[in-house]
Amino acid sequence: MAHTGRKDAPEPPDFALLKRLAKDQLIYLLEQLPGRKDLFIDADLMSPLDRIANVTTLKQHEVDKLYKVEFKPVVSVSDQLCFLIRPRIQTVKWIADVVNSDKATGRFRRYKIIFTPQKFYACDTVLEEQGVYGDVTSDEWAFYLLPLDDDIISLELPEFFRDYFLEGDQRWVSTAGSALHLLHSLYGPFSKVYGIGRCAKMVYESWREQVEDGEQKAQQPEIGNVFLIDRDVDFVTPLCSQVVYEGLVDDIFRIKCGSVEFGPEVTSSDKGVKVMLNSQDKVFDEIRNEHFSNVFGFLSQKARSLQTAYDKRRGMDIKQMKTFVSEELKGLKQEHRLLSLHIGASESIMKKKTKQDFQELLKTEHSLLEDFEVRECIGFIEEHINRQVSMIDSLRLLCLLSLTENGLLPKDYRSLKAQYLQSYGIEHLLTFANLRQMGLLVEQQPGEALTAVESKVGKLVNDKTAGKLTDAFSSLAKKSNFRALSKKLMLIPKTGEEYDLRVPRDMAYIFSGAYIPLSCKLIEQVLERDGWTGLEEVTRLLNGHEFAVTGGTSGTEARNKTDPQRIILVMFLGGCTYSEISALRFLGREKGYKFIVVTTAITNSSRLLESLLEYQA
Amino acid sequence: MGWNLKDGLRDCLIAAAPYGGPIALLREPQRRSPSARPQLEIYSASGGTLASFPWKSGVVKQLGWTVCDDLLCIQEDGTVLVYDLFGSFKRHFSMGNEVGQSQVVEAKVFHSPYGTGVAIVTGASRFTLATNIDDLKLRRLPEVPGLQGAPSCWAVLTQDRQSKVLVANGADLFILDYGTCTAVSPPGLSPQATSIIHMCVSFSYKYLALFTDSGHVWMGTSNLREKLSEVETKVRNPPRQMAWCRRPKSQQASVVIMWDRYLLVVGVCKDTIPFHFEDDSVLVPELDSVRIINATNHELLQEVPAACEEIFKIASMAPGALLLEAHKEYEKESQKADEYLREIKEQNLLGEAVKQCVEAAGHEHEAETQKTLLRAASFGKCFLSNFSPEPFVSMCRDLRVLNAVRDYTVGIPLTHTQFKQMTVQVLTDRLVYRRLYPLAIEICRYLKTPEYQGVSRVLKHWACCKVQQKEEADEVIARTISLKLGDAAGISYSEIANKAYECGRTELAIKLLEFEPRSGEQVPLLLRMKRSQLALSKAIESGDTDLVYTVVTYLKNEMNRGDFFMTLRNQPVALSLYRQFCKHQEQDTLKDLFNQDDDHQELGNFYVKASYKEKRLEARMSLLQSAVDEYNKAKNEFAAKATEDEMRLLRFQRKLEEDKGEYLLGFSLHDTLSTLLSLGLHKLAEQLYKDFRVPDKRYWWLKLTALADKADWEELEKFAKSKKSPIGYMPFVEVCVKRNNKFEAKKYVSKVTPEQKVKAHLAVGDLEGAADAAIERRNEGEISTVLSRCTPATDRTLVERLNRAKATATKK
Repeated sequence: MAHTGRKDAPEPPDFALLKRLAKDQLIYLLEQLPGRKDLFIDADLMSPLDRIANVTTLKQHEVDKLYKVEFKPVVSVSDQLCFLIRPRIQTVKWIADVVNSDKATGRFRRYKIIFTPQKFYACDTVLEEQGVYGDVTSDEWAFYLLPLDDDIISLELPEFFRDYFLEGDQRWVSTAGSALHLLHSLYGPFSKVYGIGRCAKMVYESWREQVEDGEQKAQQPEIGNVFLIDRDVDFVTPLCSQVVYEGLVDDIFRIKCGSVEFGPEVTSSDKGVKVMLNSQDKVFDEIRNEHFSNVFGFLSQKARSLQTAYDKRRGMDIKQMKTFVSEELKGLKQEHRLLSLHIGASESIMKKKTKQDFQELLKTEHSLLEDFEVRECIGFIEEHINRQVSMIDSLRLLCLLSLTENGLLPKDYRSLKAQYLQSYGIEHLLTFANLRQMGLLVEQQPGEALTAVESKVGKLVNDKTAGKLTDAFSSLAKKSNFRALSKKLMLIPKTGEEYDLRVPRDMAYIFSGAYIPLSCKLIEQVLERDGWTGLEEVTRLLNGHEFAVTGGTSGTEARNKTDPQRIILVMFLGGCTYSEISALRFLGREKGYKFIVVTTAITNSSRLLESLLEYQA
Repeated sequence: MGWNLKDGLRDCLIAAAPYGGPIALLREPQRRSPSARPQLEIYSASGGTLASFPWKSGVVKQLGWTVCDDLLCIQEDGTVLVYDLFGSFKRHFSMGNEVGQSQVVEAKVFHSPYGTGVAIVTGASRFTLATNIDDLKLRRLPEVPGLQGAPSCWAVLTQDRQSKVLVANGADLFILDYGTCTAVSPPGLSPQATSIIHMCVSFSYKYLALFTDSGHVWMGTSNLREKLSEVETKVRNPPRQMAWCRRPKSQQASVVIMWDRYLLVVGVCKDTIPFHFEDDSVLVPELDSVRIINATNHELLQEVPAACEEIFKIASMAPGALLLEAHKEYEKESQKADEYLREIKEQNLLGEAVKQCVEAAGHEHEAETQKTLLRAASFGKCFLSNFSPEPFVSMCRDLRVLNAVRDYTVGIPLTHTQFKQMTVQVLTDRLVYRRLYPLAIEICRYLKTPEYQGVSRVLKHWACCKVQQKEEADEVIARTISLKLGDAAGISYSEIANKAYECGRTELAIKLLEFEPRSGEQVPLLLRMKRSQLALSKAIESGDTDLVYTVVTYLKNEMNRGDFFMTLRNQPVALSLYRQFCKHQEQDTLKDLFNQDDDHQELGNFYVKASYKEKRLEARMSLLQSAVDEYNKAKNEFAAKATEDEMRLLRFQRKLEEDKGEYLLGFSLHDTLSTLLSLGLHKLAEQLYKDFRVPDKRYWWLKLTALADKADWEELEKFAKSKKSPIGYMPFVEVCVKRNNKFEAKKYVSKVTPEQKVKAHLAVGDLEGAADAAIERRNEGEISTVLSRCTPATDRTLVERLNRAKATATKK
């Protein structure tokens, strides 16, 4: 839609509504168990819950004490126990143990399990098998979506990635469908849905079914278009080191549920501090999407302007001083505090990242992406493994190598694997099995062998009705085809030209101008072409499963004209990185779109690979 | 009345449902001889026969209707039998075992927001209550002090979300709730009374009327806090029936009291109106009126609605009346119309007039009167500019529907107030219960009820009824149903199929399920019908993992293990799901699964994983050995080799533990080596390095780091000289610099490759050396790097040299 020119991106809809809805429902559920009660919360639900209802709110609704689910015997003295958990077998089993041990000691209590976002049949089965089905009541808290920021909504389901892509378990598909349905009913109707990937297709279908079942309200849409994308369409992007500020902070300090804990080395005091990172933080908002090399410039400029603002005090009379103190000072102080925090964080990042090692790591990554001096890269990786620099980083480089080179040569595959095992222990034999299954780290097969596997899998897929199903091992046959894709979509900007990271000219700036993220490029191309026409070769390389559906409403004529049509919801199934979000923000500014990113979880290279480890000591 | 009753209503148990509901009649309920059984008859409110059959069960004490038009027959022994409108038996339940000997003396059916309830009192003077018969919870109420045998009268109240019983024993009144029995006294009850002999509660449970043996009627609120009025009737015999007659928000509430063939309307205002009957009658209390049914007639007694009174009162000058008059004149084409109209308009009451006419039309039962009133309203409306047409239009619609259902063939005499209270949904339900499908559909279409609430629901009921027609073939029924239902929105074929299955028509059910578009809906029923294979594929088709899971668990319990695994094998999705479940729940089953599939690779992985959970070394070794075997079978030499290596390493580590007391069990090769080196066990390290064919590079790195960590510089130097370093000498420099030993570092600077010379010199802080190297290599980039490290003040000569060299390098 280049011809529409640069319009200002429209304002995103107000997602605070999602929080209010979730809160109201939670309170309702808590009131279903009248009287005082103790609440046990799954560890990974703590932070999301805190964003919905804080401790005070919970206390108001007769929650006495809060505990984290720790799989230990319960010490609570309350007569009513309420469990707020994800539908995981392990947790349910633990609850069954709690109930049974109470029974054994002749203690009578009331138990209530609130599953969020939904209950699975397996949970009931476990309760039944443990003989406590009748002792426990259960409910569902339909808390699907947590808005992390104006334009980021997370399902907070990091296990989606492993469950779906590795284990072939589709249980979360309908969850994602429901989440989409919720957005549709609040901010829809959507006029056009694009997508790519098997999971995207299933989510789309699950959502359609829910739409058809439900009542349809005619309302003014706030979100026009939707783009669904599977994580396995693009593994390369999340495996690259992030160099945009927000991504770097995530890589180094790990942003959890939109907030980060800065340690003493950042705060330069003896205590760490927890900071929310979102657009409310004015300093952060300005630097989050910047390449790290620009961040210091911004920060020092900011510091100067802050100083000027402070300096205004001089030469004020009493009255001016009074207004200054009451109106501006607080804001300035706040900004001051944040500024010093971010400077601290940047320094800390600098210390870690400007070292020789990191520079060489980046160089290797870029070489791999550009298909340049691959042998030297392998040498570097080998050394990286041998020196035990970092378990995850080595694995990441191996995967990048395999993805960009369409698999490793058998000789390299063996030797690198053997060295890795020597460094980190034989348990990683299982990790390698997982990576192979995912198609992340594979051996280049002599032509024939591969087709044999492919045809076998292909047959399996065809046998089933209408290809509606996923075969758990589909990724076996999957080639990454990165090189071809990169050529087709021109993901690697021409080398030799100077890339000014201060004034980025395309999305490549998020990787220092070396690579345009595949996922974001796809979105850009599809939006520009209003569909997949002209991208046939690309979709073939991506194993197909693309779709573009126009909604029931007369969306086509409204296109390009109204603001909602320029608000685009991008749903990443399996997680997305902050770098991708930055890239989309950049794209939005360039083309006058507003992207809303919905993701099953925020991910980065470490989280992605850690979730694939089989054995954690 | 359409019925033909020979003996009138004498000796009958009668129950008529509110909201113009059906009437049930049981003749001579006491008769027990098998030759002459009592007859149970069900009629519509207009007396049309719906069902009639001889009563073969026990003695019935009371009949009653539920909110969904089911007939309740409460027997002496406490059993309650439930029949539908057409007299087919649905189910039964009991009001408790203790009823058995003492028998039910009296029973009442009541309605509350929670559904239909039943209350009984036994011969032992104990009350038992069930608030909702669809969710049966029996409550035995506490004993009433001093009560022997049946109480003189009692009633059920719904107050504060609880059902309570109000009992009179002589002059004493008690309220029974679940836990307590409280004595109460109505305020201002006349002292002449020695006994309360009848009572009734209003439709809304808000008001109470008591009849005493002195012939007084006390009226007040049912919470017994307020007295409204007390009236003497001058009749002392106990009345047959008593009912409140009041419309919501009415000012003129009254109680209707009926003795044999004598009826008295007693107003709160202390006025009374007597009526005489020719025949035995029954009172049916309604929301806004009382219906009176006898053998020949069905009458409605109600307070005249305010709007009707205003309009039809003789010589009324109410705006509505004038408007009606105006319209009459207009029809006659008389100019008086204008005069009347002006009169209303001058008072600015035209809007009021139209409203009155519309409202009055709603209360009228004669179609002609309705029309006249509506025409008048429509006429008046023409002279109003800003009047919302909504009330008029919706009233026309409502009346059309009302007139249709009031028709004697349908027989649901509803007032407009009742209709509004019961809602269209409930009305359609009632029509559906009566199997009046076409009318129900017409009404839904006419009122534009959303499809899935209206037409689709009716069609579903129709289909459910259709599948019960035993005489038709499966094929035919399935076709008829699919033809008629088409793809009406919100139709659930699975529900219909379920009904068919309940009627024992499994084949039909399967045929019907074929029409169900959502495969998810088909699964539970298929499972119940034991078509588990089909269910599994449908579940997978639906893409809902949870559903697949349901089926898998079901299959697991149903089938023997072998078959179960075979089934899973053909369904990879189900298989992977089940695997995941086993991973958490049943490790051994997982192994069996892999075994059956001859999936040696996975088996190998399984053993490796298991080995990590094992603490004892021997067990761990044997698991690893199994893994090796499996990997070999899977022709995965690499994994087999790696596992073997691991076993060797473990053995080595154990030996180490025994010999040297160093606990290294479970360390990776790398970590073992580095520990050995840092402990100074160079021989062992060397051995390990050779045995495991550790790459030279790694070994050098390891040894280098270990030595530097120990600051064993001598050994390091020896090591450096032992042979040519496979990792070059730059690492030596770096390692030393890292440990702040520049002196040692310098030893290795000379050995690094020319490319790294500059870097090495810089690392040890030797600017001159770096400069020399850079100039020698004539590398512009390197020269710049060195330059950037120089401080112009101190290294002036150096800077100049470098700049010169740079200039020459650039020239080239």
